[in-house]
Amino acid sequence: MIELRIHGRGGQGNVVAAYLMAAAAIKEQRYGQAFPAFGAERRGAPVQAFVRIADVPIRRRSQVAEPDFLIVQDQALLHVPGVLVGLRRGGGILVNSIDSSEHLSEQTGHPTIAFNATALAQRHLGRPVPNTALLAAFLSLSEVLPIGALAGALSDRFKGKVLEKNLSLIEDAAQQVPGGIWKTMRRAPEVANG
Amino acid sequence: MVEALEGSQALARAVVLCRPGVVAAYPITPQTHIVENISKLVADGVAKLELVSVESEFSAASVAMGAAAAGSRAYTASASQGILLMAEVLFNIAGLRIPLVMHCANRAIGAPLNIWNDQSDSMAVRDAGWIQIYCADNQEAIDSTVQAYRIAERTELPVMVCVDGFTLTHTLEPLEMPSQEQVDGYLPSYRYARSLNVRHPISQGTLVGPDVFPEARHSHHQALLNSIAEIESANADWAAVSGRDGGGLLTVEGDPDAEIGILAIGSTIGTLAEAMDEYPDRPRVRLIKLRVYRPFPINALREACRGLRKLAVIERAFSAGMGGIVGTEVRASVPGVEVYNYAIGLGGRDIPLGIYPRILDAMETGDTGFRILDVDLSKLPEEDR
Repeated sequence: MIELRIHGRGGQGNVVAAYLMAAAAIKEQRYGQAFPAFGAERRGAPVQAFVRIADVPIRRRSQVAEPDFLIVQDQALLHVPGVLVGLRRGGGILVNSIDSSEHLSEQTGHPTIAFNATALAQRHLGRPVPNTALLAAFLSLSEVLPIGALAGALSDRFKGKVLEKNLSLIEDAAQQVPGGIWKTMRRAPEVANG
Repeated sequence: MVEALEGSQALARAVVLCRPGVVAAYPITPQTHIVENISKLVADGVAKLELVSVESEFSAASVAMGAAAAGSRAYTASASQGILLMAEVLFNIAGLRIPLVMHCANRAIGAPLNIWNDQSDSMAVRDAGWIQIYCADNQEAIDSTVQAYRIAERTELPVMVCVDGFTLTHTLEPLEMPSQEQVDGYLPSYRYARSLNVRHPISQGTLVGPDVFPEARHSHHQALLNSIAEIESANADWAAVSGRDGGGLLTVEGDPDAEIGILAIGSTIGTLAEAMDEYPDRPRVRLIKLRVYRPFPINALREACRGLRKLAVIERAFSAGMGGIVGTEVRASVPGVEVYNYAIGLGGRDIPLGIYPRILDAMETGDTGFRILDVDLSKLPEEDR
């Protein structure tokens, strides 16, 4: 099972990102689960959402306390207490940032990729919403799921121009990170437990 | 076909598949998404029903009651404080023997104010005379919704389908929606025998004096006890139609020969089931999922507990000044089994896999007194511990 935690701020499409990732897994005939951590939600407040992807049905409902990967939609959140807590040793962090990956890796103590998702989203969507670009970049880095699965999940949720723009955005985003470098960081797939 | 759906979105579709004539909606999160999605389906022309926006939960329950009394298949939903505001009407719906289905998207009750999941709301109205079904996952919630209408219409008892708020309602997972044909075949159009009709006027809800009130209460109690068979057949017949069996009154998994058992209600069961695999050095237990809480399935419970030495009852509500609610009833039902009773996950506190060894350790102490197992006493002043 692969577990992700997505950190963002209210209004950045955190929950939608988690739902899209799990939906993409389900598109690939795998099992996916996604849910937000609820709080008193308001724009700009730190929020988080959880994703699990597995080859067997997922029955646990606990929050993801020890994620394999973190997706952080706003670099400033790296300084918020709790954001890095529980990340598995060697686990990867994908951050929406204009900083360098080297600098952020040093800062977090984990393999960290800086990726300017806001700028890319602004270019494709005309809006600074980083979530789908980050999902595509994550899938490209980890190869947990093919990009096509994310495209499928987007097609179920959006239509027309919004969908078109998002599809071109994720294709572009996937090209902009070194593909497959996080592949070995994935835990071995679990075996169905009789 | 398996789809990626959020719980409340799937429940809205399940309700619409049952072809209700009237849906009364008063939003209260986490139930809001269900009625919001129903209203979208109405706006899109997918659902043909009368959607009534009301000004309070009291009115939502009243509108649904009136519609059902007039012979319409009706629906409403609520949670938390909203359930409490409905409480008076909930008792009336049951007492009048009006078949109605509602979801309770389980949530804590204030004060202190809290929006998160526990089951204090539905437990507070457990004596209202409704059938109560607690769902372990969203697939079970979909299937229980369809079954609930059949049970309600055959027993003339209202059914509350309880789904853990947020934990289920706001979780996206792979779900199979039944087809319209499957639901139509299982749930034929329905005629309420005592429906209000101007051509054949009857009175409902009239004053009942001491001369027949106890008899009315007795017949209601009998009706609930008798509904056991209908609940079991509703599940078996739906399993035949859908190929999915969420369990009738209760289900047992884990080690069937274990002398130690854990009984849970609602969505906690999945976490406990996976925890058994996650802690291979700890003994596997007999894991009992209590799906139907009212009527209380005493015979099925005794059967499930046969051979057990110790049983922990895990619940997400309790009666302050007494202890567990489900636990107290289970203890009274299974003489000879040492019953331990813990509340966990109150007000949305996360239930991690590590709760499993904690439960087993707590049972080792031999102290069968009720406690909130995941309480952190260090957060309390000395005198409150």
